[in-house]
Amino acid sequence: MGGLQKKKYESGSATNYISRNKARKKLSLSLADFRRLCILKGIYPHEPKHKKKVNKGSTAQRTFYLLKDIRFLMHEPIVGKFREYKIFVRKLRKAYGKAEWGTAEKLRGNKPGYKLDHIIKERYPTFIDALRDVDDALSMCFLFSTFPRTGKCHVQTIELCRRLSVEWMNYIITLRSLRKVFLSIKGIYYQAEVLGQIITWLVPYQFAHDHPTDVDYRVMATFTELYTTLLGFINFRLYQTLNLVYPPKVTHSQPAVMLHFDLLSEFGFYCSLLSLSKLSALSASLVRVVSTAEAEEAELDHFPAEGEDGEKLAERLKARQDQDRQEKLFEGLKFFLNREVPRESLAFVLRCFGAQVSWDKSLCIGSTYDVTDETITHHVVDRPSLEKQYINRYYVQPQWVYDCVNARMLLPVEDYFVGVTLPPHLSPFVEEKEGDYVPPEKLKLLALQKGERPEEEEDNDDSEEEEDEDQSDDEDELKGMEEKQASSVKVTPGEAKPVNRQRAEQEAKAEEKRLAVMMMKKRDKYLYDKIMFGKKRSVREANKMSAKRKALDEASKANKKKKLKK
Amino acid sequence: MPESGIKLLQNSAMSKVKAKKRTVEEDEEQFPMFAKSDNDAGGLDDDDGNDDLSDSEESVFSGLEESGSDDEDDDEQENCLADSEEEEANLSEEVKSETETDVPVPNSVKKTQTVSKSTKERKPKKKQNVSADGENQEEKVTSGSDSGLRVSSQVDEYEQDTSDEEDIRNTVGNIPMEWYKDYPHIGYDLDGKKIFKPIRNKDELDEFLDKMENPDYWRTIHDKMTGTDVCLSDEQVDLVHRLQQGKFGDVNFNEYEPAIDFFSNEVMIHPVTNRPADKRSFIPSLIEKEKVGKLVHAIKMGWIKPRRPKETAPQYYDLWAKEDPNAILGRHKMHIPAPKMRLPGHEESYNPPPEYLLTDEERQVWEQQDPDERKLSFLPQKYLSLRAVPAFSRFIQERFERCLDLYLCPRQRKMRVNVNPEDLIPKLPRPRDLQPFPTLQSLVYHGHSSLIRSISISPSGQWLVSGSDDCTVRFWEVCTTRCLKTMEVGGPVKSVAWNPAPSISLVAVSYGENVILVNPGLGDRLICSATDQLISSYEEPEEVKDQQVQWAVPEGKAQEQGQRLILTHPKAVKQVSWHGRGDYLACVMPDDGSSLQVVIHQVSRRRTQNPFHRNKGAVQCVSFHPSRPYFLVATQRYVRVYNLIKQELTKKLMANCKWISSMAVHPGGDNVICGSYDCRLAWFDLDLSTKPYKVLRHHKKALRGVAYHKHYPLFASGSDDGTVIVCHGMVYNDLLQNPLIVPVKVLKGHIITHDLGVLDVAFHPTQPWVFSSGADGTVRLFT
Repeated sequence: MGGLQKKKYESGSATNYISRNKARKKLSLSLADFRRLCILKGIYPHEPKHKKKVNKGSTAQRTFYLLKDIRFLMHEPIVGKFREYKIFVRKLRKAYGKAEWGTAEKLRGNKPGYKLDHIIKERYPTFIDALRDVDDALSMCFLFSTFPRTGKCHVQTIELCRRLSVEWMNYIITLRSLRKVFLSIKGIYYQAEVLGQIITWLVPYQFAHDHPTDVDYRVMATFTELYTTLLGFINFRLYQTLNLVYPPKVTHSQPAVMLHFDLLSEFGFYCSLLSLSKLSALSASLVRVVSTAEAEEAELDHFPAEGEDGEKLAERLKARQDQDRQEKLFEGLKFFLNREVPRESLAFVLRCFGAQVSWDKSLCIGSTYDVTDETITHHVVDRPSLEKQYINRYYVQPQWVYDCVNARMLLPVEDYFVGVTLPPHLSPFVEEKEGDYVPPEKLKLLALQKGERPEEEEDNDDSEEEEDEDQSDDEDELKGMEEKQASSVKVTPGEAKPVNRQRAEQEAKAEEKRLAVMMMKKRDKYLYDKIMFGKKRSVREANKMSAKRKALDEASKANKKKKLKK
Repeated sequence: MPESGIKLLQNSAMSKVKAKKRTVEEDEEQFPMFAKSDNDAGGLDDDDGNDDLSDSEESVFSGLEESGSDDEDDDEQENCLADSEEEEANLSEEVKSETETDVPVPNSVKKTQTVSKSTKERKPKKKQNVSADGENQEEKVTSGSDSGLRVSSQVDEYEQDTSDEEDIRNTVGNIPMEWYKDYPHIGYDLDGKKIFKPIRNKDELDEFLDKMENPDYWRTIHDKMTGTDVCLSDEQVDLVHRLQQGKFGDVNFNEYEPAIDFFSNEVMIHPVTNRPADKRSFIPSLIEKEKVGKLVHAIKMGWIKPRRPKETAPQYYDLWAKEDPNAILGRHKMHIPAPKMRLPGHEESYNPPPEYLLTDEERQVWEQQDPDERKLSFLPQKYLSLRAVPAFSRFIQERFERCLDLYLCPRQRKMRVNVNPEDLIPKLPRPRDLQPFPTLQSLVYHGHSSLIRSISISPSGQWLVSGSDDCTVRFWEVCTTRCLKTMEVGGPVKSVAWNPAPSISLVAVSYGENVILVNPGLGDRLICSATDQLISSYEEPEEVKDQQVQWAVPEGKAQEQGQRLILTHPKAVKQVSWHGRGDYLACVMPDDGSSLQVVIHQVSRRRTQNPFHRNKGAVQCVSFHPSRPYFLVATQRYVRVYNLIKQELTKKLMANCKWISSMAVHPGGDNVICGSYDCRLAWFDLDLSTKPYKVLRHHKKALRGVAYHKHYPLFASGSDDGTVIVCHGMVYNDLLQNPLIVPVKVLKGHIITHDLGVLDVAFHPTQPWVFSSGADGTVRLFT
């Protein structure tokens, strides 16, 4: 025997984790700085498997970080910058306290700053990694760009966010990679496919925010700091891949406008402001590094991937064709946006699918043609009625555009005319699985996509109910037999019971299954029960939905009849 | 004093009159002087305008003693000037002389007054004389003095600042007059001559008399400087009153005149003040020049550098220009990327299909739920058009929550069980392949009026015996459901057991404390009679042992009914069980901890043994091993296997259940099944382990009876839920292969009464049929 006695909590999981407070002390940072560091570096707490062990026997609630993470943070140069900033603030406060304005001014001039480039590179070693994580960055930037220029955060941040988001939109337009749009009550969801990555972001509606009090804007600002850097680099790279000039410039088609801009460009400030607003109009295409003509549209060869047979290849080709067709959905159409529709969103979506868009000159910069233009095919209106209408164009509500994008085809415009009650707007992100509830509108849409006019909805068969019925039938039979035996001496001519062979077979199968289920192991049984419970619940929910729909439809029909009678 | 007065007068003639409060106040400080503006004059001002103005403009500087008359013409002005001086001088002389001559004070005062009057009369006056009345001099005077006051304030402030002018009647200046207390004089006049005090000061009596007689006493004031008493005019008194009330001295002064905004944005053609510009405003400063020079020098020498403009706009470049696809994250490998946000469903649409909107009840439920428990974090809404959609009020919060999730939530990789539930179902042979087994209820045996606790089948399979709580035992023909025999016994029948030996026709029936052996007299006559013979051939041994169980031979009716032996036990018998040979009979008398719980009877020798000295726990049921000399005793939780020959415990099986209700031994002898009240059926493989090889929980309620089939690989269990479950239980000869257990059929038919369903099950000895007895008083046959 011999050797040293093993002490508790000196090895194993207790040494792998560190509580937040200890980590903070180890890094000698204030809590706010520690938080900021965690946000910037993407460090998150870990839940140890044996919490009590890690907590050295205590059961108090604590947040734990991996010790490795904290060690990794110790070598971060930004920690030094944080300390510098702290000192700067202290000095500045002192100068103000002594009313040494000159010193304060000098200090302000030498305000320490930091860059996040290396952190971005470190967190996202490859470009694809960065793209994969850009969802939140986009949503945040779009949110911040709608903030008022006063109060909550720095004006520079807001302007930067605006610039980046506009750049992103322009890129998406140029690439034509928008896939889905969804008007929700929260805002507008966009989904694009960039370099094979599906990216979804949410843009709030254009309203002033009533800023909530229960939100820590410092946290949001830190995230935004990170996200703007990330998005800036991503934008740069994306523009580079498309041979676009970064920062983006707008091609000037009209010489008059160009002259105008040249004059203005003498004042740098106006120039930047104007170019941003011009860019944000989303109506003009961007300047390319290489002229586009020869770079476009080389026919791509298709090679079958490994382990892919002809069928799959064909499938892939078809998908590719579909996508191409979707990209040219609005090609050749000329839209005019009335002033009450969300201009930016519509312009973005329409331009993403190759349409020409314009709006009233007084509404925003960058309108390209007037209402009176005879070649306009669609006029997007969102008001109950319109006084002056041109004959040779459709007046549609904005939902038509979004629905068309989601359906990947031009839907019939009749349902979307001015003043018409709109059909429901469905989420394009929902992919119904077997047994889920599918709203009838979706079924109609699917049928339309297949190219047929839908007639009737299919019924959801309820196999379970049938089963139950079967069982009860069995019992009934037995009971009947018993009764007969008990009471009857007389013999009545029996009725020939039609033997439903199929049904009998089904019953046999169900019985077999039930018996087999009885023989399951306990563990499997638990899992099986859970799965079946979930399935049953979803079925129940689907049934509930369809019942609700049915009732609503009937009610609306009755209403219609009443009206007709009147 | 007249000088200044005249000057003022001249000026006043030229300018408009306007009294200012400031001057009035100053005057007040300096002199005991009161000015009073004439009401009349003011009124005239207002009414007639220019004409009367000139009149009121007559002014005398602080003219207390002065009273003016308007008699003089304008022409006389010049003369007056000279005259007045002279007069003044004379006057002072006169005064002096008077004082010297010790004239009584009132007189002197009077004199001075008169003198002053006379001087006044010669005072220069205005160009126009309005009031021709010489009689009412007083008024005129006051008006004159008043106007004088006005003039003094009115004139150009800078030229004619009267604020620091001294009182020149007495040149001592502004000193406390008590310094002259001890002197006969009170100061000096302009010519340096002493001004003497009045000859006699007024004493109290004079004062009093004055007070009584002089109606103007209240308005008389003593002037310390000149030592004279001054009687205030009406106007002056009025002025005093007004000042006391905090009003302006000038009646005509309008406090609330509309303000004229001189320094407005409107460019006027004239400057607001005509003050000339300062010199410094057009001569460059030397000090500044020096400073600038220094700075210029410092810049030239490179000591001061312009501050570089700060780079505020972030610089972007191709960060991933040299990206290494194999580079791992700077951190360790355990990094889990943040999950993406959930994508919205139809219910989040601004215009969802109507079924996604919440009904009123659902909405109420939603509102009452805790925000964390809600399935949807928002209320689905429907808007008729896009323009009606408002801002989402919780947008910023949701984004913030996402931020919090990103940096505060521990991340874990959750392995989602992507299991097809069908795969979990064990692959069992299809029941159809395992036939034969009972599938249908074919016969029901009616007759008992109470629950049937036990059934047993004759070894031939032709007859069935059932014992019920209605104190009867019935014998049935299996194929016809005919009740052949009914035997009444003295209590509810707990257990019946047909002797398994084919050559013996005996049935053991237990009720109360008795066990009776019955020869039903069914079937082969030979066998029946052989059985009777066997029992009757018993000879009493010589030595009669004292037994705990009384063996008795029934007589009379009982004998006729077929009862052959009656065994009376000390306790109630619950179960009887035959040995395979048919000679031994085991009885169970459950009683926790007692030594006498199990007895074994040998029928041929009418002997009773108590195999155990001590029993652990309450024995539930017992069974003989079909082939070997083993005896199985099931207590509540264990099954003990005893070797009867060696008289030792061979095995103790742990049933893993709370309370064993029934037990059956496989005809092969190596497997045992136990049913328990906690819904379990435990299959023991005696060769394998003392723990159950398999525990089946097929029933929903307590198991009451289990049984093996003699030939077919079947076993059945009956339960309180009214079902009989038949399972295929194949036991292989190969010891390495474990038994195969497959449930093949759930048989239903019994009606649950008093929460009891099936109480006993038994297999037909040759056919794959199963009998079950139930609490509904029926026996059912499933084939």
